[in-house]
Amino acid sequence: MATRTTGGLSTATRPVVTARNVRRSFGAAVVLDGVDLAIVPGEVVALLGGSGSGKSTLLRILAGLDPEATGEITRAGSQAVVFQEHRLLPWKRVAGNVSLGVPGPGVRQRVAAALAEVGLAERDRAWPAELSGGQAQRVAFARALVREPALMLLDEPFGALDALTRLKMQTLFGRLHAEHGFAALLVTHDVDEALLLADRTLVLDSGRIVEDAEVPLPRPRAVDHPGFGPLRRHLLDRLGVRPDQDGAAGT
Amino acid sequence: MTDTLVETARGAPAAAPDTRRSGGRTRSARRWRRAVTPVALLVLWQAAAQTGLLPPEKLPAPIAVAQTGWRLARDGTLGVHLLDSLTRAGIGLAIGGILALVLGATAGLLRLGDDLVDPPVQMARMLPHLGLVPLLIIWVGIGESLKISLVALGAFFPIYFNTYAGIRDIDERLVEAARTCGLGQLARIRHVVLPGALPSLFLGLRLALGAAWLSLVVGEQVNAQTGIGFLMMEAREFSQTDVVLLGLLVYALLGLLSDLAIRFLEGRTLTWRRGLQAV
Ligand SMILES: Nc1ncnc2c1ncn2[C@@H]1O[C@H](COP(=O)(O)OP(=O)(O)O)[C@@H](O)[C@H]1O
Ligand SMILES: [Mg+2]
Repeated sequence: MATRTTGGLSTATRPVVTARNVRRSFGAAVVLDGVDLAIVPGEVVALLGGSGSGKSTLLRILAGLDPEATGEITRAGSQAVVFQEHRLLPWKRVAGNVSLGVPGPGVRQRVAAALAEVGLAERDRAWPAELSGGQAQRVAFARALVREPALMLLDEPFGALDALTRLKMQTLFGRLHAEHGFAALLVTHDVDEALLLADRTLVLDSGRIVEDAEVPLPRPRAVDHPGFGPLRRHLLDRLGVRPDQDGAAGT
Repeated sequence: MTDTLVETARGAPAAAPDTRRSGGRTRSARRWRRAVTPVALLVLWQAAAQTGLLPPEKLPAPIAVAQTGWRLARDGTLGVHLLDSLTRAGIGLAIGGILALVLGATAGLLRLGDDLVDPPVQMARMLPHLGLVPLLIIWVGIGESLKISLVALGAFFPIYFNTYAGIRDIDERLVEAARTCGLGQLARIRHVVLPGALPSLFLGLRLALGAAWLSLVVGEQVNAQTGIGFLMMEAREFSQTDVVLLGLLVYALLGLLSDLAIRFLEGRTLTWRRGLQAV
């Protein structure tokens, strides 16, 4: 796959990542069949799609983790990834996990600052196994944050959390984004989450982006905003879910 | 090394590090109860020997064995032979262990290494290495090389297989996460592969020590001029059963102490696992 990285800070409109004609198949199964997308600085883009539609595959390609994909990816600026599982190294303490691969002086202070931002300043000496699921995921956010990425790639980062923790984490994400202004690709299968957090929603279906729409809701957002319902219904419809028929809200 | 051994032997065994944390009293009560039968057996043995029920040339009294041990330790005989045995075990372990580590890591980390190294090792594993003694005698003679080769062979396989498995069993997702943190190949090996494989390496080392002592016992019965095995063979010729028993006791203690030492090291190195167990 052709990959280009342009260094330096980009201007406001130059995308932090551009993907053109991305294709990926596993054996005979074509998972991505010509995906194009671009994300501009500071923009939060939600990537929706049914289970197995190729969301994680696309995210791994954007993160440069899949050498077998074809297409052209252009990156401007740094990236950090948060996965659905926290993926902390069990044999490193929290601070050691956050500082993993961070170069330069003042690492210690930067790690402390990142942990403070996710509300875990006091847990820097803890082992990952001593944390709750939500705490571990917050450490994973701190690990991404400390790299000051231009783009955060998030693969269902709240998917493994209980409902209450998920709501708190969504609020935390909103606050971190407001403070740091990173661009983000947020993979999710939760339509509400996409509409609460994203500036734009993409729907992946049959290996292509079949919908690319702005979210025209004012911030701060709430599910009881009058514009929320129709958007939600539309997206669910796009995902092949009829909430009025089987009563299962969300996917 | 000596410090470690002493410390482990004196303090609580590493096998029960949580004794003090929860239910300490019932645990230690159980530990005493478990000592009852062995002590009773010892007393019974001593009594049977003293009353002449056990002929001393077949099975001397435990106190007689202890006295022999004390005598041989005082005149330095035991120390000399013990040192020779330990040297053989140390050299053999180092040779077999390093070879196993290098080959196991090659096979575990590199696909080419896996294809080239693993098949012959898998085949060689099927040979009982103690059965190789006649062949080894033809190859390296009956001197020191035989003993060291046997120990090295015995130590090689557990370390090789556990190195290989330890590397292979590492969660690929952690390696991937390390990549997204900007870690290159070498840094990934240092921060992810090595610590991830460490528990398995310790297991391999413990098994290797067991195999090493076993190999030593067998090797030292072939034409040894020194060593604990020699001491026992010589004593057998003069029907000094107490010395034979003493030799057995020393072998057993060597196995026990080395195992305790490894477990102690393991507990020190793998502190992060304690958190895992608590959850
Ligand atoms: N390493 C792989 N080998 C074979 N098939 C894979 C692999 N990774 C993903 N797939 C397949 O690709 C499809 C998309 O997977 P994925 O991107 O994980 O979906 P999503 O994240 O949208 O749920 C699935 O059908 C899955 O089975
Ligand atoms: Mg997925």
